Formats: sequence, C-alpha cells, structure tokens
Amino acid sequence: MTNTPDPAPGTPLLQVEDLRVEFRMRGSTVNAVNGLSYTLAEGETLAILGESGSGKSVSAQAVMGILDTPPAYVTGGAVRFRGTELLGLPEKKRRIYRGAHIAMIFQDALSALNPVHRVGDQIAEMLIVHKGMSRGDARKRAVELMDRVRIPSAASRASDYPHQFSGGMRQRVMIAMALALEPDVLIADEPTTALDVTVQAQIMKLLSDLQDEMAMGLILITHDLGVVADVADRIVVMYAGRVVEQAEVKELYARPAHPYTEGLLASVPRVDVRDRALTPIKGAPPNLAAIPAGCPFHPRCPRAREERCPDEVPALRDVTGTGHGSACHYAEEVLGG
Amino acid sequence: MWRFVLRRVLQMVPVLIGTTFLIYVAVFALPGDPIRALGGDKPMPPSVYEALRHHYHLDEPLIEQYGRYLLGLVRGDFGETLNGQSVASLMATGWTVTVQLALTAWVFELVVGIALGVLAGLRKGGIIDSLVLSGTTFVIAIPAFVLAYSAQLIFGLKLGWFPTAGTDDGWPYSYLLPGIILGSLSLAYIARLTRTSLVENMRADYVRTALAKGLPRRRIILRHTLRNSLIPVVTYLGVDLGNLLAGAIVIEGIFNLPGIGQQIFQAVQIKDGPTVVGISTFLVLIFLLANLVVDILYGALDPRIRYE
Amino acid sequence: MSEAGSDTLAVAQTGSDVAGASASLWSDAWRALRRRVVFWVSVVILVVMALMAVFPSLFTDRGVNDRCDVRFAKHAPSSWNPFGAGGHPFGYDMHGCDYWAQIVHGARAPMIVGFVVTGIALTLSITLGSLSGYFGRWLDALISRITDIFFGLPLVLGALVILTAFPAHGVWTMSLVLGVLWWPTMTRLMRGQVLSVRDADYVQAARVLGAGDLRIMARHILPNAIAPVFVYAMLNVGVVIGYEATLDYLGVGLQYPTVSWGLQLSQAQDVFTDYPYLLIYPAVLLTATVLSFLLLGDAVRDALDPKLR
Repeated sequence: MTNTPDPAPGTPLLQVEDLRVEFRMRGSTVNAVNGLSYTLAEGETLAILGESGSGKSVSAQAVMGILDTPPAYVTGGAVRFRGTELLGLPEKKRRIYRGAHIAMIFQDALSALNPVHRVGDQIAEMLIVHKGMSRGDARKRAVELMDRVRIPSAASRASDYPHQFSGGMRQRVMIAMALALEPDVLIADEPTTALDVTVQAQIMKLLSDLQDEMAMGLILITHDLGVVADVADRIVVMYAGRVVEQAEVKELYARPAHPYTEGLLASVPRVDVRDRALTPIKGAPPNLAAIPAGCPFHPRCPRAREERCPDEVPALRDVTGTGHGSACHYAEEVLGG
Repeated sequence: MWRFVLRRVLQMVPVLIGTTFLIYVAVFALPGDPIRALGGDKPMPPSVYEALRHHYHLDEPLIEQYGRYLLGLVRGDFGETLNGQSVASLMATGWTVTVQLALTAWVFELVVGIALGVLAGLRKGGIIDSLVLSGTTFVIAIPAFVLAYSAQLIFGLKLGWFPTAGTDDGWPYSYLLPGIILGSLSLAYIARLTRTSLVENMRADYVRTALAKGLPRRRIILRHTLRNSLIPVVTYLGVDLGNLLAGAIVIEGIFNLPGIGQQIFQAVQIKDGPTVVGISTFLVLIFLLANLVVDILYGALDPRIRYE
Repeated sequence: MSEAGSDTLAVAQTGSDVAGASASLWSDAWRALRRRVVFWVSVVILVVMALMAVFPSLFTDRGVNDRCDVRFAKHAPSSWNPFGAGGHPFGYDMHGCDYWAQIVHGARAPMIVGFVVTGIALTLSITLGSLSGYFGRWLDALISRITDIFFGLPLVLGALVILTAFPAHGVWTMSLVLGVLWWPTMTRLMRGQVLSVRDADYVQAARVLGAGDLRIMARHILPNAIAPVFVYAMLNVGVVIGYEATLDYLGVGLQYPTVSWGLQLSQAQDVFTDYPYLLIYPAVLLTATVLSFLLLGDAVRDALDPKLR
C-alpha cells in the first residue's frame, strides 16, 4: 500500500508550496488560490482561518485532488506528502493517497454521506477497496470505528441510513470513515460549522483526542477564531487565496502582525475582555475575478497608505525572527499596536 | 409497510370509481343507437328491440346502470360486449398480443434508454451528449404514427428486415419493429431523465466524499452516482405504462396486431359501449396497480422515503 | 459546491428584494438566451409558422380547398427541389388541390389547438394548483383526488371516447375537450411549486407583517412558483400539436373540410408507399413546429436554471 519512499529526516509531513487554483467560468476567470504555501509537521494541528471566498476550502480540495475539473484547475505549485510530489501523479497513483494517507471530512455531513447506503457500509467500503478486506470483516471493523468515535450502540446503528442520525452523530460517522485507514493527515473542512454550539465542542474534543491517540497531522479549516483557539498549534490566516499571516496560536492572539487578523480579532466577542466594543472589518470580501492590485487587503485596510499598498504586493516574511510571518508592508507597526 | 400498501389500495378505490365513471358517462353520451346497429339493415320488431334494451339495462337511468356495472366489477365481471361475448374473454384473446408488444417496448426503452442517458451524462457537453439530446428531441417531436409509417416503409418494405404487419412470425420477430417504435418515445424520456439525474448527482457532495475516500471512478459511478440517479427513472416507469397502453392503440392499428388497443379502438368505432368501458376499466386498473408497485419500489430504492 | 461559485451567487443576490430577484431571474435568463443559436432558430421557425396560421395569404393566393381539380389528384411535384418545381412546389394532394396552399392553411388548426389547450390547462392548473398548495387541508385533498381521477384516465383513450361522442366537432370544440383532459400533470407541477415556496422565510415574513392571502399569493408565491410551470406550458404547446395530429390520424380529430397537417398525414397513410411526398411535406412542417416548441422550452428552462448555466 505504501509506495512512499523513506523521507529524508526533517521532511515535513505535508508541504504546500505556491499553490494556485483558478475557476474558469464562461467569460471570466476566478483566482481562488494565489500562491498558497504552508507546512504541516507530524502530529501538528494547523488551523487555516479565513472568510468564505478566501480559498481555504478550494485549496484543501486541491491538496486532496478532488477539485471539480472543469471549472477548477490547479495552475501551479506543489503539494508534497512526506516529500512525494502529489500534483503530478497520475490519477491511479494519486487515488491511493486519498483516504489512506490524507483523509478529509466536510462541513455538511448530511449531504456528504450517500443517502441510499447504510452508514456501516459506507465506512466498510474504505476497507474493502483499499485493504481488500472481506465484506464481513470490514463491517465488523466499521462498528469498531463507530464505537471509537463514541457513537452509542454502534452495532445496531451501523445499519441505519444517514438521514436517521442527528447532525453531531453524522459528523462522527464522517470522522469514523475518514479514520478507517488511520491516515497520516486529516483535513477537516469546517467540521463544526453546521452544528449546535454544544455539539461543536464535543466534536472538536473528539477530533483532538483522536489526533493525540493516532498521532496524525490535523488541518482544521474554519472561519471561526473561537473554534480553533484551544486545539490548534499554529494558525495560517488566508485572504484572497494567499497567506497573510501565520504564527503559533498564542502569539497570533496576543500580537497579530497583519491588519486583517487584527480586524478579525476585534470583530469577535471575547469572554476575557469586558466592555470592549466590537468593530467589524469594513467593506466586502474581494471579488476573486478582479483582485485588487498591490496588497489585496488595502481597500479595506485602516492602515493602508498611498505610497506602497495599492501597487506593491507584500511578501510573507518573518517579522519577529521566531517564525511569525506576516504579509504586510507595515507589519512592525501593526505589532507595535 | 403493509399498512402503507393497504392504505394505498384503499386510496385507489375512489380513483378507480371516479375514472371509470368518467368513461362511463362519456360512453353513455356516444350518439347513435347501438341496439339498432345490432340489427344491421333489417328492421327490428319493437318487442325484440325492447327486450334487447332491457337485456343491456339501457332502459335504466345512468346512475343505476353504473351501479350495476360496479357491482359486477367487484365480482370480477367486466361486462358483456354487444354481441354477447364477455369482455373478459375478449380481452383474454387480445391480452397476450398487447403484453408481448408492451414488454418488447419496455425492455428496449429501459435498456437502451438508460444506456444512452448514462453515456450522455458521463460526458456532459460532449459529442455523445449532443447526439443523444438532439436525437431524443427529434423522437419526441415526431408523432408516433409518422415514425411507424416511416419505419414500416424503410425497414419493412424497402429493406425487408422485419415483417410489416400481423403476428404470423410470433414473438419476438413480429413484435420487434412495433415494439421499438412504441418504446421510442419513452426511450427518449428515459434517456433524458437518466442524463439529467446523473449530471445532477455527479455534482452532489457525496460524490466528492467518495472521491476523497480514494475510490476508483468506476466504483463511484456504479455504486454511488448511478444508484442515486436511477431513482427518478423508476418513478417514471409508472407513468410510462400509461403511455405504452395508450400508444398501443395507435401502434397496434398500424402494424395490424390484434391486441387490446385495436379492440378498444374498434369498439369505439362501432359504439360498443360495454366493451369500451370494460377494457378501459381494466387498463385504468393496470395503470393504478403499476403506480402502486412503483411507489413501493421507490421506498425500497430511497431509504429517505417512509411508508407513511 | 465550490466556494468561489457560491460567493458570486451570494453577491449577485444581496440587496435585491423578492420581486427584484424574480425580475433579475428573467433578465438573467434573457441574457443567457440571447447567446443561444438554438433559441433563435426555433424562434424564427415559430414566427414563420405563426404567420402561416394567421396570415396564410402571405404565403399563397389560394383559399382553403380552393381551385382543386380532381384531374391533378396525386400529381407529384415536378422536382424535389421546391424552388425548382414551378407554380406547384409541393405538387397536388388527393383531391387535386395545390399541396403547398393546403399545407399553408393546415398550420392554423394545430396552432389554435396547441395554444388554446395549453391556455385552458394553464389557467386551470394555476388556479387549482395554487388553491391546493396554498390552502392545503381538505381543499388540497379534494383537488388532489380529482387530479388523481383525471390522471388515471389515459389521454388518448379519454379523447378517443369523448371526441367520438361529439362527431361534429370543429377546432374549438376539440380544443375544449383536450383542454379539459390536459390539466392534471400541470396542476401537480404547480401544486408542488407552490408548496415549495409557501414555507419560504420571506413568505412567512410577509405573513407576520400582516399581508393577506391574496396579496401573498399574487406578490410572493406566484412570481416565484410560476417559472417551471410556464416553461412546461411552452413545451406543452408542441406536445399538444403532436397529439392533435395523432387524433386526426385515428379519425376522431378534425374532419374535412377543415385542413390540418394531422388530417393531411391521415389521408396520406394509405398511399404513402406510392406517393411519399404526401406524407413527407406535412410531416416535416409538423415536426419542425413541435421541435421548435420543445427546443424553445428547453432553452428557456436551461436559461432559468442557474445551476445549469
């Protein structure tokens, strides 16, 4: 199953470099991802944060290799899993990585599960296809997996259909399915957005427990700062298909180095700070068919200046010397507050 | 499940009564005097005339006649034709022909229709897709009888591949050409339905999940997409049976197949009311039963449907 | 499914109220339609056919069954190329009438039947479907059962029996009979549409704000429910025309001295092996008309459905 060559020591688990994705629609091209780079270490939890339209989900689908082509095309960059470049692989080889090495769960588990198959069978399908297990063995294993994601009376529920589960339980089924082959990387695309707040916490707890147990890398895609604060190690903030800031969680919360992150933090209510006015970010997310020249955030940026921001695209650079990256010409100023 | 079936059967009763009543009223309004027509050119003595009218209950009010007819229906009696044969035994002779014809058409439209729909849907916007779309639109636009005559002329008379009329060559040979023509309209609908449904399902979120699971394309299409796409096709099959039975009236006439369609057409022409009503009732019954079967099948195919 | 796609959609819809949304639905559709060749081809064909139906004198100087001479009966056109065939491009029909003139006049009956039947069915189905879908309860149960009853009656069979009962029917009677049989499918469609719109948030909001039933129906439900029914009706005109021809063929439709394509096809049935042109010419015109209605309906439906764009 594993035809991955032994990676050189120090090779990251997953490395995305200068990834570019565009949607070719009739008459227009939408640049969804524009040179996205990040790395994920073994056992690390990386949160990718961004508004809808920031390219976070599209880039995750590009990493998985499950974009709808057409209209979406990967036009450049690299995705390396333990050093193996995935983007150039023929579909037959690429497929082996999906589910087995890199698995993914989605926001809406109801539509993501096939409505006409029993959930037990949908989980078992992974084992039958990838591992050649017999139907009976795969079903037994599926029940164990459902048990592991703490679905009560898993044995009997395995023969239920997706619509018979509650939202939280359905997401557990998705997780059980994604973990069936003990993948090295799990990409969770807004896994709790569709759920009630109490259930959200349970699912996040489950994900982080499972990650510890299985020592896998976890990529959490979200638009919600609050969801990831407790579980993530590092955060990548995306805007208009690029990384605008990346840092350790605590560092980012304490000392944001990009006006966009600053704005995000100011627009989220916090329990620890009372009587603080919430300030929304002004303006609308960028039109991806016509991304502003220069810094894509400058039309909405309170700190934007005439001399550089409208013309010069800021590069992502280490602004503290400790790996805190920001793509703002005036990051030092932002850090200074 | 059984409660669902029972409830649906009970729901069928008023529909069956209503529909047969509609036919009954229409037939009752047929002009001319069927009894005089029975006598042909010879004048009929008034006593015989009255006796015959009484025999066929034509001297009673409409509602009473209809009530009597319904009572007979409950006992499985579809009535009596004007020349004294029971409608049931008349249908028995035509039934085998119509069933063979409809079955040929059904198999053809189902197999070829789904295959074309899948081929078109897999490559939306491709050459096969365009061909299937334009071809099926053509078939829908041409009246069946024009299609039938053209086919008879080309494949029957000119090329001599198929017999053009009658059932002398037995099944399947005599039924192939009429079956294909009869099925062609539904084939067009099935192909388009399959295509649309497949295209829609290929965009569904669960297909993305199946991709993310690392399943081979073939398996995704066969086990996931196609399985979901065929649900609306199955529901169409119920309506389709009505199309086939109605189409049989035209096609049996052109290919001279002595089936139920021809019988009912001739009965209308000679104003044989009891026969028209009897055969119609039977056709409506078949149509309703087929739709019941489709409803049950629908539930079996789509677990989200509850038998309520 | 794609983030970028759903965003453009969201942007397009923000800031427009419900009526505005349905207006932009049609104007978006128009913009998509304008670019389709199929749309223009079917429009042109239908305009020509409509002109034939309304102003036959534009196409021929002969009247209906005018200047027929039995001596010319079944004289084929002198050339298959209608432009090279002299004064009688389509030859003569069974009774020695100029076939081109007869076919031009044959357009009117099917067009009238197609539009009137669809009009009757559309009116009935919008009324019954809205009442049934909006008010629900016993009214819905009653209307739905009646729909079931009519649905259970195969159309050809019903028309066969009823039209035989009124042998002296003309175009209008025939339209009335077919119209009365035609509404069940459309009513079901309309009812489903109304049901799906009835519980939408903006309808609830209008209700909370105190809008009456009539206003909700007229302002909020109909504009949003009617598009698919309207498209279906467009396709349906073509289907009705095909049915009219079939009933003519079966001998229960229109009768001489009326002329219609279906009647011409019916008369050609016994001799078409020897005189194929008698079948081919009306068949081509009939098929082109039906096809244009179908393609037009298809194109409009595609244009109205943003998912398919």
